Amino acid sequence: MGISAFLLFWAAIFTSNILLTNFLGMCSYLSVSKEVGSSLGLGVAVTFVLVFTTALNWLAYQYLLVPFNIVYLEYIVFIIVIAAFVQLLELIVERYAPALYYTLGIFLPLITVNCAIFGVSLFMVIRNYNFLQSIAFGAGSGLGWLLAILMLAGIRAKLKEKLIPAGLRGAGISLIITGIMALAFIGFSGIAPIQ
Amino acid sequence: MTKKDIFLNGAFRENSVWKQILGICSTLAVTNLMLNSLIMGLGLTFALALSSFTISLIRNYTPRSVRMIAQTLIIAAYVIIVDIILKAKLPDISKQLGPYVGLIITNCILMGRAEAFASKYPPLDSLIDGIGAGAGYTLVLLVISFIRELFGFGSLFGVKVLGSWWTNWSIMVMAPSAFFLLAMLIWIINNKYYKVG
Repeated sequence: MGISAFLLFWAAIFTSNILLTNFLGMCSYLSVSKEVGSSLGLGVAVTFVLVFTTALNWLAYQYLLVPFNIVYLEYIVFIIVIAAFVQLLELIVERYAPALYYTLGIFLPLITVNCAIFGVSLFMVIRNYNFLQSIAFGAGSGLGWLLAILMLAGIRAKLKEKLIPAGLRGAGISLIITGIMALAFIGFSGIAPIQ
Repeated sequence: MTKKDIFLNGAFRENSVWKQILGICSTLAVTNLMLNSLIMGLGLTFALALSSFTISLIRNYTPRSVRMIAQTLIIAAYVIIVDIILKAKLPDISKQLGPYVGLIITNCILMGRAEAFASKYPPLDSLIDGIGAGAGYTLVLLVISFIRELFGFGSLFGVKVLGSWWTNWSIMVMAPSAFFLLAMLIWIINNKYYKVG
């Protein structure tokens, strides 16, 4: 519990990046990273949703699940909160910001099944974060995910013209790039240990 | 398709991990120890087979508009069962797997099989498809964790097999090796099994 929210925010981006060390959000990471533009859009949407769903799930856990002693229902409650929030956000964005809807809106349905969102809520419960820490962890994880997908998209754009063995094209080469990125991020570990 | 074909299709030809690149999160995260991988694989197979069976049972009564949320709730119910059983019977492993048991709910394999198979075919076929896909997933987990545990700890299923002369490769315990090994596995299978290129 000792770690401050500020430190946790940076730790979530660098030392324990949600994707590079905890492997969460791999599916959309691998499939959307073909273009830098859409990677940025999805990353921003993920960060935004993460901050709010982590806060909402924290409130739901502390004021609904714990008092009524139904903690075993946490998975269902978290999933419903995430799905409902994403649906609501989609309606609001479509109604009030149509331009934003056409750039970010298409990514919103993808987010419900992004395991990074659900995983951050589960980590929050397991590690006993308080409200402020949860928000900092959500924001940091989202930015960390954004950083990872942007780096992969940039590298993949450069690789488009290169000769890659047929069997490695697509997922294979992306995984190797991600492995090298994860190796680089190990260099950050120890700066701000998380837990 | 015969029952055997459905099983083999799920486990090998249309393997969720190496062919469809689904469920990568947990494939990478729990594979540093073989025992954890086996338990995770069995848990996922259980949830996948039974949720496919249930989704297929009610496939004709579920309106299309609420299909997704109904499928998610059915999956969540079975995952909660897995989680409670693990917490009661194997508390140590449950603690090590941490959030990844709960993350079976958002594992794309389950949604993928529900959409691609269980919502179209009869319950028994869906059950077998679920067991097949679960077996394929468990197989990949065991292959990767075999290499990671052997080189990273010098042991298999927690039993020391390499003597005191062996120096553990700490990279095998850390995250990057999981990415590299999965990439190598996909490469080898693309070349040898699917004969790409």
